[in-house]
Amino acid sequence: MEPILQVNALTMDFGGLRALDRLDLEIGQREIVALIGPNGAGKTTFFNCLTGIYPPTEGEMLIRRPDRKTKKLNGLKPNHVTEAGLARTFQNIRLFQNMTVLENVMIGRHCRTSAGIIGAIAKNKATRQEENKIVEDSYAVLEKIGLAEFVNEFAKNLPYGAQRRLEIARAMATEPFLLLLDEPAAGMNPLETRELDELIVRIRDQEGITILLIEHDMKLVMSLSDRIYVVDYGKKIAQGTPQEIKNNPAVIKAYLGEDADA
Amino acid sequence: MEYFFELLLSGLTRGSIYALIALGYTMVYGIIQLINFAHGEVYMIGAFTALIVASILTMLGWNEIAILFIASVVAVVYSMAYGYTLEKVAYKPLRHAPRLSALISAIGMSLFLQNYVLLAQTSDFMPFPSLIPDLEILEPIAHLITTPEIAIILTTAIVMVLLTFMIKFTRVGKAMRATSQDREMAMLVGVDVNRVISITFIVGSATAALGGVLIASHVGQINFYIGFIAGIKAFVAAVLGGIGSMPGAVLGSLVLGCAEAFFTGFVSSDYEDVFAFIILVVILIFRPAGILGRSDISKV
Repeated sequence: MEPILQVNALTMDFGGLRALDRLDLEIGQREIVALIGPNGAGKTTFFNCLTGIYPPTEGEMLIRRPDRKTKKLNGLKPNHVTEAGLARTFQNIRLFQNMTVLENVMIGRHCRTSAGIIGAIAKNKATRQEENKIVEDSYAVLEKIGLAEFVNEFAKNLPYGAQRRLEIARAMATEPFLLLLDEPAAGMNPLETRELDELIVRIRDQEGITILLIEHDMKLVMSLSDRIYVVDYGKKIAQGTPQEIKNNPAVIKAYLGEDADA
Repeated sequence: MEYFFELLLSGLTRGSIYALIALGYTMVYGIIQLINFAHGEVYMIGAFTALIVASILTMLGWNEIAILFIASVVAVVYSMAYGYTLEKVAYKPLRHAPRLSALISAIGMSLFLQNYVLLAQTSDFMPFPSLIPDLEILEPIAHLITTPEIAIILTTAIVMVLLTFMIKFTRVGKAMRATSQDREMAMLVGVDVNRVISITFIVGSATAALGGVLIASHVGQINFYIGFIAGIKAFVAAVLGGIGSMPGAVLGSLVLGCAEAFFTGFVSSDYEDVFAFIILVVILIFRPAGILGRSDISKV
């Protein structure tokens, strides 16, 4: 399997604290991969390195898409990472609260269109057409994610589950090939979680988007993932299929402590 | 009663000028939470640029309206370049430093620009030609409001409408709102935040320069210090209206302008500035976030 994301020996130090310790990870096309581990294991730090928010101390992050040149993510700014085809959501909701649902999604579309500053202000014909196209595309994304009924609501007025889905919709609007979801099910009730499960599978199957997710809901992780990586104290302690992970003694130890007989 | 209207209109004029400057303060604050103390200096540089261009064109014997137009355009463009450079030189390197560092840098830039103009242009007040002609049609109401005053109020109204349109409906405006709400997230959905910040500075500088040209032509004299006074007043107006809010900046400016005009007209002109700051203190005691400002209630 040719990986589309390849991370080699990624290390991230915060002063004396090593948040990521020579982490290796590979994701193949159209896989759903989960990253799990106890709180503080470095999972979100890993996302932050990938998306250009933190510059990693060492190691390299490569994206290899079929028919395209291999691209190194190290040193790219977040907006360029987005242009390269990675999109993410956060564990705490970070929508643009005072903008409408449609605007939230349209913002994501802008990086895939060309009009410059002059055109954006003067609004010539080409810009207007492009702007209409953006609105259409944004509607289409909202429909796929099941948010069409809310288009003109302010993001802050949506129910919780819908806000979570809007984060995914906004990420989808940037046309990613790899979607990074940081605890998408956090705070959801069982019904919402089940809908989320279906949504993620649909995104992979219909849109062909590869998915890497951080999640604490083990039921969701086990049902959803093709493969799982387990990290603890910034180190990878296990990887494999859900079945392999379930029975891995190192994982059980990390989660339950040294002397647990569970 | 007529006296009342006269004061009201002069207050609105004054407030409109404050508004043109306050918009820049509030936009920059909204995007990077920086009080750009050098903003008043951009306004002053706009006025000086217009003076130089107008003097040259007057010597060449151009017609008044053409001079007004060309001087304004040159002043606006030149000030945009200043605003852009200011941000790149003084604020961008400090983007991740504590907020206080950028504030000190802003005060430093303000002093630098003032003194640079002082050295280049001396400290004397320079006469500024009255570029806005008195229209004959408006003669009957000239005792209430003059043509330049109408021009100032109209210009501010137009600028306000254009800016609102830009923020609400254009893509740059959307990117600005997104950046002001969550800069990191804006980058993550592909917004080029550096460009958005540059545009904010450029637009703010343009409106300030326009204010500079209009007021200089109205008052008839300028020196290197006008930017400081006007900058502080506009800052007060922006805080009064709720810093970060554009309608707030305009409303705060008009309130401040009218209050000053009435105080000067009915009480005494000596304590005009004192009065301006008393209003600020009183309003902030009752509405700490400003008239239109929203205090953030954070969910826990």
